[in-house]
Amino acid sequence: MKELRMESAGNTGRGSTPDLGVQIGPLVLRNPVMTASGTFGYAREFENLVDLAQLGAIIVKGISLHPKPGNPPPRIVETACGMLNAIGLENVGVDRFISGKMPYLYKLSSPVVVNILGDSVEEYSEIARRLDRVEGVAALEVNISCPNVKKGGVAFGTVPEMAARVTEAVRGGSRLPLIVKLSPNVTDIVLMARAVADAGADAVSLINTLIGMAIDPISRSPRLANVIGGLSGPAIKPVALRMVWQVAQAISLPVIGIGGITTANDALEFLLAGASAVQVGTANFYDPSAAGNIVQGITAYLQEQGEDRLVDIVGTLQTGID
Amino acid sequence: MSEFQQKCSILSRDRLAFDVFRLTLQAPGIAATACPGQFVMVRVSDGLDPLLRRPFSIHRCFADGRISLLFKVIGKGTELLARRCIGDQVDLVGPLGNGFVGNGVGNGFEFSDDRPVCLIGGGMGIAPLLFLAEQLHKSGRETEKDHVLLGARTQDELTPLADEFSNLGYPVQLATDDGSVGHKGFIPDLLDFILPTVEQVYTCGPHLMMKNVVRQCQQAEVPCQVSLETHMACGMGACLGCTVNGKKGLVHVCKQGPVFDADQLEWSLE
Ligand SMILES: Cc1cc2nc3c(=O)[nH]c(=O)nc-3n(C[C@H](O)[C@H](O)[C@H](O)COP(=O)(O)OP(=O)(O)OC[C@H]3O[C@@H](n4cnc5c(N)ncnc54)[C@H](O)[C@@H]3O)c2cc1C
Ligand SMILES: Cc1cc2nc3c(=O)[nH]c(=O)nc-3n(C[C@H](O)[C@H](O)[C@H](O)COP(=O)(O)O)c2cc1C
Ligand code: FES
Repeated sequence: MKELRMESAGNTGRGSTPDLGVQIGPLVLRNPVMTASGTFGYAREFENLVDLAQLGAIIVKGISLHPKPGNPPPRIVETACGMLNAIGLENVGVDRFISGKMPYLYKLSSPVVVNILGDSVEEYSEIARRLDRVEGVAALEVNISCPNVKKGGVAFGTVPEMAARVTEAVRGGSRLPLIVKLSPNVTDIVLMARAVADAGADAVSLINTLIGMAIDPISRSPRLANVIGGLSGPAIKPVALRMVWQVAQAISLPVIGIGGITTANDALEFLLAGASAVQVGTANFYDPSAAGNIVQGITAYLQEQGEDRLVDIVGTLQTGID
Repeated sequence: MSEFQQKCSILSRDRLAFDVFRLTLQAPGIAATACPGQFVMVRVSDGLDPLLRRPFSIHRCFADGRISLLFKVIGKGTELLARRCIGDQVDLVGPLGNGFVGNGVGNGFEFSDDRPVCLIGGGMGIAPLLFLAEQLHKSGRETEKDHVLLGARTQDELTPLADEFSNLGYPVQLATDDGSVGHKGFIPDLLDFILPTVEQVYTCGPHLMMKNVVRQCQQAEVPCQVSLETHMACGMGACLGCTVNGKKGLVHVCKQGPVFDADQLEWSLE
């Protein structure tokens, strides 16, 4: 595929401006480009650099029932075309999120999706219950896949029965649209997707970070204080794309693609593979304008291809095999 | 506070020592709003490796929209940056973080009395101190009463910079590891004599040096502001990767710093 020219957005192609709108279960978005949890803070951090109104949705940093201080430093290491992080889900806790962060987020014109995580099934349902009636929360994204917490985290995301129990518990505590975010650290991602789909999720998003590590040979010690961490960035894109493609073929729920997306071409690969929307993560750190450029690049692509609606290209990958 | 993402042209590139470079860039938005001690995140490559931006202090800032960065080549990113040529465009985000502050009166650098201040820079920690020195000079201080202590490995790394502080009227004392210029040894050795007269210390440099400076300042009960370095992914408070130990728990260097009151931090002084 040839590289798109961003500056051509809006003035090339045949028809009028294409319709980028997508629907993720009950959640309606004006375009398919969201910011991934943990990579966009609580949005305010970017207000001077990014036109927040051009984002399809904003997903905020994962929120737990009680505040979490996170892991000791060092917490990040750069790797080839990627990074490892072991932040340890530092966050202000659900109550301070509602009182301190929501008033700002509520005023934004982009839908706000709250990413939630818990140490137990009960915690997940309790956070969901507390967020249920908070104005301005458009949907929940349930993180069952964080590699950086000792308790529970990994089991929720790697054992289908546990993933299903968390999904049911959140479903029971909330009327909000429910996205379940899957871990790539499993042998069969399709099994996990089926489990949460059957348990009442409205959509799945994937992938979270891949577990990795880095070592300093001089000091013979791990580069992260936590020893292991989550790998993200362009280095993981092929893995993410493969998993999104497999899941999109296997389940009927909308799939949201995440992993190393930096350019419009990256996003288009996921959309063609069957994702209804995408999330931009690590790219926000090194290119705050990435998400906005991707929206423009997708528009330009649709115009060049003579497509009127984004939804018409979703899942149109031609593999040549049945 | 306002931040910018700008593609900035390199206007000049000077090699100050074997592995020390100074780039001057056209960065109007950043130059118009920056305070001493703030930093920029620099995209050293247009490709994906290295992936993350590199943080650099704003070394100088000019009214005509230029800024300078001073850096040492230590790895992949700084090596690529050192190879950039005049006319190249480099993507910067900034100005970021909280800079040095004057004594209780915001960023205006006014002081409660006219006792001297002391600037202590080690290695590339000198970078933000020149901007600070220029700002203090502009505020009308009698800079000849203040103190500037600069330390580095050898003479090469110090001389062009020391002159720039002298030109602003500051008396400069030097220390080098090899004794090639100034005092042979560490900066804190020079500090004992001056501290009793000083109102405020500003320091940036290697952690061990700052730790010693902080200990001396605490013993002499002189307020000390330190500028810290940690690994950063975003520089904007989004990744939560840049934490260090503060007295009341972890602090985020990019957002709450990089300049802190030394008392806010956990130094584990023995
Ligand atoms: C707020 C701030 C201001 C700084 N100002 C200056 C300055 O004015 N002049 C200057 O020469 N240096 C400065 N540094 C240090 C500078 O960022 C590092 O030297 C640079 O990132 C090294 O990159 P590299 O790719 O050459 O090194 P590599 O070792 O290849 O980098 C690998 C990773 O480690 C990180 N890293 C390596 N060394 C450091 C370090 N000392 N501090 C933080 N991260 C590091 C890199 O950013 C990168 O993510 C500053 C750092 C911070 C946090
Ligand atoms: C620093 C950092 C913090 C993250 N925090 C969270 C989080 O709180 N909740 C979550 O579900 N995912 C979190 N993630 C995972 C991202 O949302 C995303 O799934 C992952 O980084 C892959 O996408 P990318 O390659 O585009 O970054 C985090 C990722 C990074 C790099
Ligand atoms: S560098 Fe990302 S939060 Fe400080």
